[in-house]
Amino acid sequence: MSVARTEEQVVAPIVLAPTGPAASLRRIGALIKRYIYLLRSSGVRLVELIYWPFLQMLTWGFLQEYLAGNTSPAAQAAGVLIGSVLLWDILFRSKIGFSTTFIEEMWSRNLGNLLISPLRAYELVAALSIWSIIRLSVSMIPVAFAAYLIFGFNLLDLGFALAAFFAVLVLTSWSLGLISAGVILRYGLGAEELAWSLAFLLLPIACVYYPVSVLPDWLQPVALALPPTHVFEGMRAILLEHRFDAEQLWWALGLNAIYLMVGYVTFSRFLASARVNGTLLRLGE
Amino acid sequence: MDERVKTASRDESGSSERHPASGAVPAKVYELTKIYGSVTAVDRISFTLLQGTTVALLGGNGAGKTTTIAMLLGLVVPSAGEVRVFGADVSRNRGAIAHRMNFQSPYVDLPARLTVRENLTVYAGLYGIANAAERIGYIAEDLQIAPLLGRQTGKLSAGQKTRVGLAKALLNAPDLLLLDEPTASLDPDTADWIRQKLKAYAETRGATLLLASHNMTEVERLADRVILLHQGRIIEDETPAALIATYGRKTLEQVFLDVVRGHAKHADLPDRKAS
Repeated sequence: MSVARTEEQVVAPIVLAPTGPAASLRRIGALIKRYIYLLRSSGVRLVELIYWPFLQMLTWGFLQEYLAGNTSPAAQAAGVLIGSVLLWDILFRSKIGFSTTFIEEMWSRNLGNLLISPLRAYELVAALSIWSIIRLSVSMIPVAFAAYLIFGFNLLDLGFALAAFFAVLVLTSWSLGLISAGVILRYGLGAEELAWSLAFLLLPIACVYYPVSVLPDWLQPVALALPPTHVFEGMRAILLEHRFDAEQLWWALGLNAIYLMVGYVTFSRFLASARVNGTLLRLGE
Repeated sequence: MDERVKTASRDESGSSERHPASGAVPAKVYELTKIYGSVTAVDRISFTLLQGTTVALLGGNGAGKTTTIAMLLGLVVPSAGEVRVFGADVSRNRGAIAHRMNFQSPYVDLPARLTVRENLTVYAGLYGIANAAERIGYIAEDLQIAPLLGRQTGKLSAGQKTRVGLAKALLNAPDLLLLDEPTASLDPDTADWIRQKLKAYAETRGATLLLASHNMTEVERLADRVILLHQGRIIEDETPAALIATYGRKTLEQVFLDVVRGHAKHADLPDRKAS
């Protein structure tokens, strides 16, 4: 290989100021660009985004049709199961989107490069959050449309509440994603399982498919301390009783504020702890 | 408001206003210590990196080279002591100086599924490079990776990956470049080529290089100064020629073997060059 260069014009970088909102937005944009590049690099990933929620929707949709055809009370609950599964998938897919995108940096041993760049921790969190919404849209819009075509369930029938429920579930997913990412930062990829399983912990307690009243008395306060519980209760109120319970929504938003704060503090503390313990040097191993 | 950093320049001749004044101190390490549980990885080391110099951190496995570099980069927080880079305390204010530094190591990868161009574009965004396309084109030509720009990074050979990693590290034309075994697992021809590129960059840019290496040829070739680490402490801090003379050896490798085998001339003065 030759080292000699011809007498061409040297192109030095024009480096923009590293501080301020514009710089932050630029770095967040750069990370999102990186996630887009990654997604479009693999058709399989793109298909997979839609594949699982589609299968889930089909399974629960057919079960609901079966129940509706056989029992009168269940027939009343038209749409509840599909509604539950679609809303649950918003929470689950958003959480997975956040966590896997973060873990991806560790799998690819790229996190060290990111953490020595001018990128700030809060910008990484912002990029992961924005990307989780983009991923979620790619995943859920086609599936929601398919639910309408196959089972006649129109998610938009939830009206304004849908947007509110969506916001609540996404915010909860970010809290869970932040906690998972923090734990993985601190304890390495050995804790990866947590990223996958944390959301499932909510499945029985957040009353996705049944009302809170089904739970034993002692477990009900725990369920009500989870923002998604209020979403699923609210959804059932709309579909079964045709009323919008605003109180449920306010509870969910208030709880989410606390959970988000806890999530961010957990992430920041674990990141700081990883810097102290030298874990960042061994990431990807 | 003009967002451009005042110090950005159009040339790499070394005369840019971005360069600190001659004799400036891009990095200063004072009484730096890192303790992991019962293990002292770095033990009260002090040194200064002067502008435009290339300094090698030399030492056996576990000597504390990588931990020292990681503390300079802000990836690891010191247990005691201080790291100042361009005057800023790295532990507290890394964001203020990160755009003036960069790092390359064969042990840190770029995302395998992205093409080389995509990876460099992402990092150009992170480092705030306004003329990203032109800069990437220039660096790619300079490091002879232009034909690889459209290829997935994970499908490159070790030598190609090293050059791409170097391209990422040079994207922002850093004033302080940290390198952890930059030519590990490369064939002699590619390794030699990388060394020439690094040397040329340091000379034309007036940049400061800190290099951790096991490769004595590399150190002799590149370094103005060698800091020999042993069990986390600085055993020697000299020019390669002075070290060879002090130990009465013919090569730096022989000096290195003396030190790691416990025959250091100044083992009783571990921090004798502390500044």
